[in-house]
Amino acid sequence: MQEVRNAAGLIVDDRESGIFRVHRSAFVDKDIFELERSRIFDRSWLFAGHASEFPDPGDFITRTVAGRPLILVRGDDGKIRALMNTCRHRGNLVCRDHKGKGAEIFRCFYHGWVYNTRGDLKGVPGEDAYSDAFDRDALGLEPAPRMHNHRGCIFVSFDPEIESFEDFMGAALAVLDNTLDLGDMEFVQGHLKYSMRANWKLLVENSMDGYHAAFTHERFFTHFMPAMGLEGRTRMPLDGGPNPSPISPTIPLGNGHVTTGYPSSGRLSQGHDYLEKYATGEMEKYRQMLTLRHGPDKSRMIEQGAGNYLIFPNLIIIDGWRVFRTFYPSSQDYMEINGWACMPKEDSPELRNVRLEWYLGFQGPGGFATPDDVEALEGCQMGFATQKEVEWSDISRGMKGITAGGPSELQMRVFWREWHSRLTTGQHAAEYGD
Amino acid sequence: MAGTAVTRAEVEDFLFAEADLLDGWQLDEWLALFDEERGGLYMPSTDSPDSTHTETLFLIADNMTRLRSRVSQLLSGLTWAENPPSRTNHMISNVRILGTEGDALLVKANFVVYRMRFQNIDPYIGKYRYKLLPRAGTFKILERRVILDLESLRPHGKVSFIV
Repeated sequence: MQEVRNAAGLIVDDRESGIFRVHRSAFVDKDIFELERSRIFDRSWLFAGHASEFPDPGDFITRTVAGRPLILVRGDDGKIRALMNTCRHRGNLVCRDHKGKGAEIFRCFYHGWVYNTRGDLKGVPGEDAYSDAFDRDALGLEPAPRMHNHRGCIFVSFDPEIESFEDFMGAALAVLDNTLDLGDMEFVQGHLKYSMRANWKLLVENSMDGYHAAFTHERFFTHFMPAMGLEGRTRMPLDGGPNPSPISPTIPLGNGHVTTGYPSSGRLSQGHDYLEKYATGEMEKYRQMLTLRHGPDKSRMIEQGAGNYLIFPNLIIIDGWRVFRTFYPSSQDYMEINGWACMPKEDSPELRNVRLEWYLGFQGPGGFATPDDVEALEGCQMGFATQKEVEWSDISRGMKGITAGGPSELQMRVFWREWHSRLTTGQHAAEYGD
Repeated sequence: MAGTAVTRAEVEDFLFAEADLLDGWQLDEWLALFDEERGGLYMPSTDSPDSTHTETLFLIADNMTRLRSRVSQLLSGLTWAENPPSRTNHMISNVRILGTEGDALLVKANFVVYRMRFQNIDPYIGKYRYKLLPRAGTFKILERRVILDLESLRPHGKVSFIV
């Protein structure tokens, strides 16, 4: 187990001195990447999609989850299934469309085997050629070993022995529920499919990094916000100075999940300023409906959202923009990213339009911020070519309970502690806090 | 009618000149090609090429306020994704005038835009759909719709420059 011994030394977690380091081989080493596949991606509940993407019987989407091509389909019986997209005969993809409506069958074009929308094998051309031992009933499309539908969020696991979805989620379930309580949630049509030439863990860090915002996204604050008539910011001083980013309440949620905004700090995000300005009346109506449903306190919590949070290992939810984002590495230095807007069906057309405008003001490969994250992470990956000489990344901000100087990096340490424990022991970490 | 007198060659000249401005990063001059009030730049998501930005998540949906901000951001030096600026090469072909809509000329063209950056060459491939307003021997852009034929932005990763 040479590799495991190596993995043990990838993290320096010195709570006493307040130092946390990650060895940069974690971002470039192919063996570590393979270990991540078997110990993390093959043994977690993974977000696969949203039920609203295939609302009616016969509707389906195809999606690759942890390297496996899946068909997420609503059968003619109305049940949602996650089926492995491979013919039980010789392997061809049975479904080769990105999505579809009202399918009655999936037919493998290679030799014509036919499956129904429940995955049952219904037709084998020339079936007389098979012996009595050939069991057609046992040759349906193989379902993902585990699937769980939590209020429309479809999770799968390739570990048949994995703990229950609820146990895996722990305290993160209440946070996800807070996001979903905004309404009857749907994935808005328009799926952002992009990539980065960077290790996937860089995007975990980046997606909940309060420290970088004022610098990487300076143009958002100094140009976009003022252009929209909203409170902006002047340029950051080049000599450092105070970090203007507010400190978020980072809360470990167990099992590597972590949020940077729940319970909420009580301040409404800039997204609310935008919605208030451009959809004033509509937002007020929406708020009244929410209050009627949940009462004033809870509805305020729902509207504020839970900041940026991680469902380990790779589902990022950003409530300020209603982002769902997931990403998979196909190698140690490249990841494929999926982004969606998860918004309430109750939205009036006016409110939906304004929510989407706000989303595009920051998010997505054409937004006014995301491209700079892509640039930063690809730059990190290029920098890691020096990892034999420059071995460590530092993630010590805010250790020992220090709150001066702006945002902590505790949320990243939570991720890394779980990551490290999974790689070395195969188990969840014992302790996530500093 | 304005539309009937326009030749394809005139439209091509306009599009080629526009491409030249983009490849030269002359973005203020490029911005001046748009109708100042009603202009817009749109890029649908790769899975929804025929959709409407008010109800579907796009990659880019800029009215003129946003487009002016986009250009000022690109020229500010703070758009790290384009600082230093990418080298680009806009190739345009198959230009056709499809008809008119109100006082606008409907134009379609194919494109391949190469972006060269950090030793990578990423081709952006797709179709332009323009609504052009004939104005004093040239045009003003009412709408510039950039529809990617790419199945995804992989490995491109971003649309940080003007495709």
